Amino acid sequence: MKDFLLVFRNDYSTQPKASPEEMQAEMKKWMDWIGGIAAQNKLTNPGNPLGSAGKVVRPNNVITDGPYTEIKELIGGYTIVKAETIEEAAGLAKGCPILYVGGNVEVREVIAM
Amino acid sequence: MEQNELIPHLFRTEYQKIVAVLSRLFGIEHIETAEDIVSDTFLQATELWGLKGLPPNPTAWLYTVAKNKTKDYLKRDTLFAQKVSLELKNITSTLDEIEIDLSHKNINDSQLAMMFAVCHPSISAESQIALSLNLLCGFGAEEIAEAFLTNKEVIYKRLNRAKEKLRIEKVKIEPPTLFEINDRLATVLTTLYLLFNEGYYSTSQNTTIRKELCREAMRLTFLLIENQNTGKPAVNALLSLMCFHSSRFEARLNPNGEIILYEDQDTNLWSTELIKKGEYYLNQSSKGEELSKYHFEAAIAYWHTQKNDTTEKWETILQLYNRLLQIEYSPIAALNRTYALAKANGKEEAIVEAEKLNLTGNHLYHSLLGHLYTGIDDTKALNHFQIAVNTAKSDSEKAVILKNINRISNVINSN
Repeated sequence: MKDFLLVFRNDYSTQPKASPEEMQAEMKKWMDWIGGIAAQNKLTNPGNPLGSAGKVVRPNNVITDGPYTEIKELIGGYTIVKAETIEEAAGLAKGCPILYVGGNVEVREVIAM
Repeated sequence: MEQNELIPHLFRTEYQKIVAVLSRLFGIEHIETAEDIVSDTFLQATELWGLKGLPPNPTAWLYTVAKNKTKDYLKRDTLFAQKVSLELKNITSTLDEIEIDLSHKNINDSQLAMMFAVCHPSISAESQIALSLNLLCGFGAEEIAEAFLTNKEVIYKRLNRAKEKLRIEKVKIEPPTLFEINDRLATVLTTLYLLFNEGYYSTSQNTTIRKELCREAMRLTFLLIENQNTGKPAVNALLSLMCFHSSRFEARLNPNGEIILYEDQDTNLWSTELIKKGEYYLNQSSKGEELSKYHFEAAIAYWHTQKNDTTEKWETILQLYNRLLQIEYSPIAALNRTYALAKANGKEEAIVEAEKLNLTGNHLYHSLLGHLYTGIDDTKALNHFQIAVNTAKSDSEKAVILKNINRISNVINSN
């Protein structure tokens, strides 16, 4: 089994503001999806959502706010799953709730050092 | 209690207490001597009480005789006495001054010390359970064999090997230090959890022994709670879980020792007293930052004590399973989570998720799918129940599945 990082991206600027009930329903979808991966014994780390504020540090002491000024799609969170192949890992990502609200999931193998 | 019941019960409870105190006094390498002295005491008691009847205070009688036998033994076997004396820190002069302290506090301290000794990392999990039953619960090899559904010789060997291991590793029977508590409490809890499950889920038809196992696991967990260093949130959560489960003990088995499924249980047989206790320890367990797997399992068990099938109940149970599985995967939790998913989100979604579980060798997996397909695709349901009945291990499980097979066959035939 290898570990794969699932990176969730979405264009958060276009997301409509959710009511508390909608937010709760959205949260349940995430919990059920992660729980489903854990029930297959394929969850390495449930990961975390990320805050929307960010900074980018560049050489020569250049620090800018971002990265949302440059790219539209922002990383909203991550999860680490385990699978035999990258295809299997991509299969696990299929049910991710972000896919139903215009986002996408990037699947990358974690190389053990 | 009748006298013929009282004596075995008394022997069992006093055996482990005196053995713990004497083993702590002598050191781990002399456990067998401690056991011999206690056996000898009981032999004398059986002979004498058989003739003259019970003394007014049988426990005090046993303690006095055990103390005297210990002193006699030390006087007689001077070599042993010298070896032991070297290890006894408080001995100053003569053997008569050896304090054999059988007070409530010292018994508890000694048993706690013994619990941490038994759960030494060098001992395998199954041996830890057997050793706990033997040294901490006073079970003989025969009774342990009965609970594990194996023969006496296997258990006898297992116990001796484990005791030998404790000797080789020179494990000390001492109150655990804070470091040892941090280091080993999780193992102690696992052992107690398995001990309880052995009683609760055992396929043994002997319900008396099964209840006794559960009671002992709860007694030892309570011992940990009473001690301020070990009475941590996870320990309270574990006891809470045990209380909730035991509250259904009378409802989950029929007079033949067969399992009655949760849905079919007579809720009047649930013990409200144990449910209340479970709630108390669940509250106690929330006093801290720590959230162990026992917290989630206790919370799940709490929701199962709610008789009404509400949306809130199953949604909460589903989310608790989602969290539990993130802490620790187990096939049984995965299957139970899928059952809760069916209750909360519907059978269709649950079928899709169940088929991803990759547990085709497990009869409970097929029972679950049989249940999920019932009313949706009865032929498939029947198929799964048939696989389940062929792979189920115990007769009582087969009996439950056969009932489902009959029920579905009737539905299919009437269409």
